[in-house]
Amino acid sequence: MIELWVIITGLLVGITCGMAGVFLILRKMSMIADAISHTVLFGIVMAFIITQTLNGFWMLLGAAVAGILTAYLVQLLHSSGIQQDAAIGVVFTTLFAAGVLLITLFASHVHLDVEHILMGEIAFVPWDKWTFFAITMPKAVWILLLVLLINIGFLLLFFKEMKLATFDSLYAASIGVPILFLHYGFMTSISFTTVAAFDSVGAILVVAMLIGPAATANLISKSIKQMFLFSMLYGGAAAIIGYYLAKFWDTSIAGMMATAVGLLFIMTLCAQKFMDYKRKALVSKLEGV
Amino acid sequence: MNALTVENLSVAYDKKTVLENANVTVPSGRLTAIIGPNGAGKSTFLKAILNQLPNKVGKVEILGKLFDPKSLVVGYVPQRNAVDWDFPTNALDIVLMGRYGHTGLFKRPSKQDKLLAKQALESVGMQDFAQRSIGQLSGGQQQRVFLARALAQNANIYFLDEPFAGVDAATEKTIIDILKSLREQGKSIFVVHHDLQTVKEYFDYTILLNKTILASGATEEVFTPEQLQKTYGGKLFMMQDMLGANSLC
Repeated sequence: MIELWVIITGLLVGITCGMAGVFLILRKMSMIADAISHTVLFGIVMAFIITQTLNGFWMLLGAAVAGILTAYLVQLLHSSGIQQDAAIGVVFTTLFAAGVLLITLFASHVHLDVEHILMGEIAFVPWDKWTFFAITMPKAVWILLLVLLINIGFLLLFFKEMKLATFDSLYAASIGVPILFLHYGFMTSISFTTVAAFDSVGAILVVAMLIGPAATANLISKSIKQMFLFSMLYGGAAAIIGYYLAKFWDTSIAGMMATAVGLLFIMTLCAQKFMDYKRKALVSKLEGV
Repeated sequence: MNALTVENLSVAYDKKTVLENANVTVPSGRLTAIIGPNGAGKSTFLKAILNQLPNKVGKVEILGKLFDPKSLVVGYVPQRNAVDWDFPTNALDIVLMGRYGHTGLFKRPSKQDKLLAKQALESVGMQDFAQRSIGQLSGGQQQRVFLARALAQNANIYFLDEPFAGVDAATEKTIIDILKSLREQGKSIFVVHHDLQTVKEYFDYTILLNKTILASGATEEVFTPEQLQKTYGGKLFMMQDMLGANSLC
């Protein structure tokens, strides 16, 4: 049962992140995800300092606020004439440093250590349980399910607007699509996703899970719906492959999951290039006849 | 009624003024060229009219009203290279986006929307490419898809940003024929245009722009060597040398 919960958690991380990553890739915002994955630390610490509890709900809220703050500050610096990548770099390192500082100053006595937040520990997930509606499941599974539902809800409500605003924001604005609202709404859902995946795979590896599966899916998808499907499949597959590889070599589960993401990407890229090459060879052969 | 009224419009990027004190009035039912040298602020002018720039002062009225995107009176065709054509979707799906404003939030496009999108695609001669990935279309075909999207929106005023840039001759002909037939239906069309040789042939109204509106009016009155000289400065001499004097006007 313990092992099953770890696998389920990994699967949920893969699926939730895979889903959230699709628009991240299409909007060319991978680096924003990287930034948010660091700055949620600041939000979590602030939530702890204000409430003095390690309650999951407040942490989720703090992380969401920090995520939006990050997106907002980056946007602010960018529109004042600073390059986007520089703006991201400045904002996230500053907020991350502030987070680390606050932990050592105010929260050094609680279980909120930097290593745990950066690396996570999925193997400990099954022991921290919550019971709702007479169902007892690991806390991480509850939070991941909640965030998955929130993300699905956001997509169901705004799918076509997100698609349009992502493909062509100029046209979207000209017909009244609220592009700023969507931008911040999406950033919020990325923040939720990051903090939900936190406990299990840690802040750094969340980025791999957010970007890798979606980037892999983007190689082979012909429509956004396909991309969602493939991205969630890749995310889930990476989680399972990663878990068994880690078990086999007795090493970090989260690390192996991220490695599996990378391996799947490289394999898909090679397969795609090979198919491309074969198709071109066939075309030139046909033209030669 | 006037299609467009612009009063004292100024736009700045990073404290640098791109457009200063532009004033122009264009009556309805015209096919208008917006011309001027590179960097004159033509795209900026369009974006400012469509309320997409923060650092803007002045007054803009479209069909006698302040522009409200939700009214869907404006069909905007941005520059083709403003978007990433590797986006994973097909041509019909892009055209269907032209119906999103009518569909409304939270709803999916109806059968009627899909039918209108198909018709729009057909009117630009792209019906055979409906299911084709947009990344596999040629530049001209992508431009047609963009126009079809604006047509599917069924607007009253169209703003096109360089629709003829990098397209093949057949596409250029298709596009201009459609724009002319829109004008026949009483609609107003504004086109940011680069090719001075075709201005007289395509457009009945012309706006000359370089940092501000230098002249506007019926093409035969405005499109004169003196006005062009004023707009393009020394750059025009080069063009005249290349094309032979007076070949333009």
